[in-house]
Amino acid sequence: MSLREALESGRFAVTSEVGPPKGTDVSQMLDTAEKLRGHVDALNVTDNQAAVMRLCTLAACVHLAQKGHEPVLQVTCRDRNRLGIQSDLLGAASFGITNVLALTGDHVIMGDHPQAKAVFDLESVQLLEVVGALNNGTDMAGNDLSGTPEFFAGAVVTPDAHPIEPQLAKFEKKVRAGANYFQTQAVYDSESFLGFMETARSFDTKVLAGIVVLRSAGMARFMNKNIPGITVPDAIIAELASAQDPVAVGIEIAVRFINDVRDSCDGVHIMAVGAEHLVPRVLDAAGLWEVPS
Amino acid sequence: MIVVRQKPVDEICAFVTRHRRVLLVGCNTCAAVALAGGEKEVDLMAELLRLATSRKASFVEFSGTVLTRQCEPEFLEQLDSEGYDAILSMACGAGVALLASSVDVPVYPALDTLFIGAAQGLASWEAECSACGQCVLGRTAGICPITRCAKGILNGPCGGVSDGRCELGDRDCAWVLIFQRLEKFGRSKEFLEIAEPQDHSLRTRLVTWDAHEDGIR
Repeated sequence: MSLREALESGRFAVTSEVGPPKGTDVSQMLDTAEKLRGHVDALNVTDNQAAVMRLCTLAACVHLAQKGHEPVLQVTCRDRNRLGIQSDLLGAASFGITNVLALTGDHVIMGDHPQAKAVFDLESVQLLEVVGALNNGTDMAGNDLSGTPEFFAGAVVTPDAHPIEPQLAKFEKKVRAGANYFQTQAVYDSESFLGFMETARSFDTKVLAGIVVLRSAGMARFMNKNIPGITVPDAIIAELASAQDPVAVGIEIAVRFINDVRDSCDGVHIMAVGAEHLVPRVLDAAGLWEVPS
Repeated sequence: MIVVRQKPVDEICAFVTRHRRVLLVGCNTCAAVALAGGEKEVDLMAELLRLATSRKASFVEFSGTVLTRQCEPEFLEQLDSEGYDAILSMACGAGVALLASSVDVPVYPALDTLFIGAAQGLASWEAECSACGQCVLGRTAGICPITRCAKGILNGPCGGVSDGRCELGDRDCAWVLIFQRLEKFGRSKEFLEIAEPQDHSLRTRLVTWDAHEDGIR
């Protein structure tokens, strides 16, 4: 069952992500994917994540697809103009890669080549419309395609953004631009997330809650300070600070959150951020280890 | 106005030390307002260059003058550059370029051209316009997202906004400001209209503009 089939059938979906290497050795990425085989519906492949140059997403997706994994091609608008993006999307479809996550992308200033020229010829909302056009058999300029892709378009939303109103308005725009589903920035406050889901439920789209497993109080504080749109509540930081085994407590926190929200959203997207080995532990503890085929 | 800033003196020295008599030419419009190319700045720059070049044991003579605007031929006609073997232009890039095309000696820039901006206070300016040739301010409540959003996004804030600040940390999020102003005027619904990608071919072709083409006399 593909990610699209899972979400369209109403089954709770689980996705995670892998990062392409800096270099040509894809073995570690494939090892990570292997550990998650059979336990996730799809694996996001990041696109020069945090504006740090790495092996290209499309090639990484092809490696994963050849091993039988279902990749989600993350596409940012930072590094390619409308020609580059459309041609990469067609290339992906030609390899049977149809899950696409449309992102604007972190600015090049944030990454390891800050001197680069940032492109941003398009941005996430426009990219979703481009994906829709390709699905309808034409490129952005209205030219007919020979062979039409069938992309399943995803987008992101930050439920804890400050201020929240423009973020929700942009969420609505992304739905109208054709987002079939959303994965959220990492969320920790289940009540606040359930409030967001009430708004989200008035739109015809699916939402996967974003999970980043906390490994220490320091990590939580770091994320609060440095990652826009992430708010780890003080109570959770205190819980981690007093824990004998903070990693185990971090997993407990993630599982508790999943249990609190699972009846209100359509799945979870678990971001490993350097601790891929914890993803199976979270899925196991949350009773999500077995993905029905 | 065009906002400009003086180049480091060392960089300017490298241009002028090959010459004997250099004329500094100020520009009394934007560059003067930006405190970088008016009469005072021309005099000060000449002094600085005399000092800097004398330390390098080279003997260059510097004189200064100021034109009303360097980007218009009628003002350039007033320039007397007889006897100089180089000109240091203290104008924006447009001024340097027009001056360079109207004289037979090398013209060097003393300034860097930063942006089209507006004064924020005394000696402080903010970029407000990117000269895209297809103004969007009508739908963005007078705040230019192409200029003031680091990514030039046309459809609302990205995920990098934090308490109304841009992920780059050096500016307010343009889209939060736009949203707030649209809301203030009861226009928040307009925020939901999807803005199509810009047509960059317009800008690519905007290398000349003759107002007569538009019937303007």
